[in-house]
Amino acid sequence: MEKFEKFSGIAAPMPLVNIDTDMIIPKQYLKTIKRSGLGVSAFAEMRYDEQGNEIPDFVLNKPAYREASVIVAGDNFGCGSSREHAPWALADFGIKVIVSTSFADIFFNNCFKNGMLPIVMPQEVVDVLMKDAEKGANARMEVDLEAQTISTSDGQVFPFEVDAFRKHCLLEGLDDIGLTMEKAPAIDAFEAQAAQSRPWV
Amino acid sequence: MSPKTLYDKIWDAHVVHQADDGTCLLYIDRHLVHEVTSPQAFEGLRMSGRKVRAPERTIAVPDHNVPTTPGRENPDQMPEESRIQVAALDTNAKEFGVHYYPVTDVRQGIVHIVGPEQGWTLPGMTVVCGDSHTATHGAFGALAHGIGTSEVEHVLATQTLIQKKSKNMKVEITGKLNPGVTAKDITLAVIGVTGTGGGTGYVIEYCGEAIRDLSMEGRMTVCNMAIEGGARAGLIAPDETTFEYVKGRPHAPKGAQFEAALNWWKTLYSDDDAHWDKVVTLKGEDIAPVVTWGTSPEDVLAITDVVPAPESFKGGKIEAAKRAIEYMGLTPGQKLSDIEINTVFIGSCTNGRIEDLRAAAAILKGKKIKDGIRAMVVPGSGLVRAQAEEEGLAEIFKDAGFEWRMAGCSMCLAMNPDQLSPGERCAATSNRNFEGRQGRGGRTHLMSPAMAAAAAVTGRLTDVRELM
Ligand code: SF4
Repeated sequence: MEKFEKFSGIAAPMPLVNIDTDMIIPKQYLKTIKRSGLGVSAFAEMRYDEQGNEIPDFVLNKPAYREASVIVAGDNFGCGSSREHAPWALADFGIKVIVSTSFADIFFNNCFKNGMLPIVMPQEVVDVLMKDAEKGANARMEVDLEAQTISTSDGQVFPFEVDAFRKHCLLEGLDDIGLTMEKAPAIDAFEAQAAQSRPWV
Repeated sequence: MSPKTLYDKIWDAHVVHQADDGTCLLYIDRHLVHEVTSPQAFEGLRMSGRKVRAPERTIAVPDHNVPTTPGRENPDQMPEESRIQVAALDTNAKEFGVHYYPVTDVRQGIVHIVGPEQGWTLPGMTVVCGDSHTATHGAFGALAHGIGTSEVEHVLATQTLIQKKSKNMKVEITGKLNPGVTAKDITLAVIGVTGTGGGTGYVIEYCGEAIRDLSMEGRMTVCNMAIEGGARAGLIAPDETTFEYVKGRPHAPKGAQFEAALNWWKTLYSDDDAHWDKVVTLKGEDIAPVVTWGTSPEDVLAITDVVPAPESFKGGKIEAAKRAIEYMGLTPGQKLSDIEINTVFIGSCTNGRIEDLRAAAAILKGKKIKDGIRAMVVPGSGLVRAQAEEEGLAEIFKDAGFEWRMAGCSMCLAMNPDQLSPGERCAATSNRNFEGRQGRGGRTHLMSPAMAAAAAVTGRLTDVRELM
């Protein structure tokens, strides 16, 4: 996984509550053999009409938000099925941070596994960030995971909470595999010893 | 040293690192890969710029989707999605440099048949695959179990798996089996006793005289269905039968290495005073040729029995039995041997080995299948198929009226074109009788190869002993 670095990016406002995983990635996209390439299909049924043309009103289709890397969302983002295709699709679109008052549990966990940071904020803060996001492409938010702050385009700074271990994993770009890879010396040593004791394996 | 079970011994020999909460990083000796559960794992490696840590320990073979009809090398024979999955495995195997048996290779077959056949599976190893029937390899005294796609990626990248240890369960089958009773009947009978949840949280070791007497093929059949009993893995301690089978296989050790291996393999048994968390004992003489009547592998009865009444069960099983009897189109009290079938499927990783085909052919020799029955044999690998042809078994099947297919999973899970239609009733040697498993609305009765052959001849579920 890539290391999660401090960045400033465009935030897309999605005030709808209960955005579920079926909306994030509809089921017809689950037959893929890939986890990359799902970005174009993220929010497909909200984003395209039946002929596959873009629906101009949908926020991510508006010129200001096509490069968004943050989503400021309504309550209970990511509810529904456990499909890991949902975070795969958002990450592939380029989303790094999602802010909401609450997230569905499995989705929340899946975000970290895929290098994304979900941030839980109280309603008043989400309201401020939503207003800021609505200003469009010039209003870039800054996310600093190290300092645990998110700043609006006009310089208001809000601290956020994150689990220390998960923070460490994101900052270092570690997933389960990355963590195990930190133990590479132990694996090397095991292999060297096994080559002696069970050379036929 | 405190006494250990076989499971304890294999586990201890593979711990790379143990965390404070007991979670272990376990080294994996063999990683088997097929086309359905691996694409996203390889894709994950690619996205993060990782390599397969030990391609020489990784073996890939397409089996679930592949057609089993001649001319299948032509990808046009496959529906689009299957074609893409098989093509992805082709590409991934080449790009990451793992061992690979494509459909054009005579060694291709069901991953759990190919592994042992090629000598990849050896006693005392850890073996994983993105497939629950990896339990099959436990027949060699190898710790073998299924894993999910994210774990497949983890093993590809690190050659290890993060694991918590299971508990130890002993299943003992004492004495001798009666004529007509096979390994399949043992494994089904055990699930009939323990239920599909009975093994949950455990690794099962099968032992006792009836198990010792089994060939390697039979032992694989027994361990294969440990998973239907809910267990994480099934094990059988290696012995002379195992060593004989392994010796001379393409990837088994040779010469002095074989002798060294043998010395260690001979230490792989449960100590007399080892601790068991659960023990189940069955008498070999009590096991009859069995069939399943319902839609769970625990719905097992002797062929001489009748369809049970749902009220004879307890708790939630009453509703489940009602639903199963309705789905299966049966009537309580009906004799199992009166149930007429449409289709016979002999194959799968449970019963697609040479011994299985011999057992079925022995029943079919000089006989014809009943008019109107669709019957097919799908050998577990290209090599099983070739050997059966050499031994004249293929002729017996064909003369009897069976279709003689190419190797693959086929009608075991109906991902390829071999499927049941709604209401079609099948005598199957596979391992799962779930609703829709062999095709939407299809009705599956699980049994041994000899019993399936007998059913093909009479057109109904049949006590094989009548034809012996
Ligand atoms: S034969 Fe059936 S059970 Fe065995 S691996 Fe194939 S699909 Fe799975």
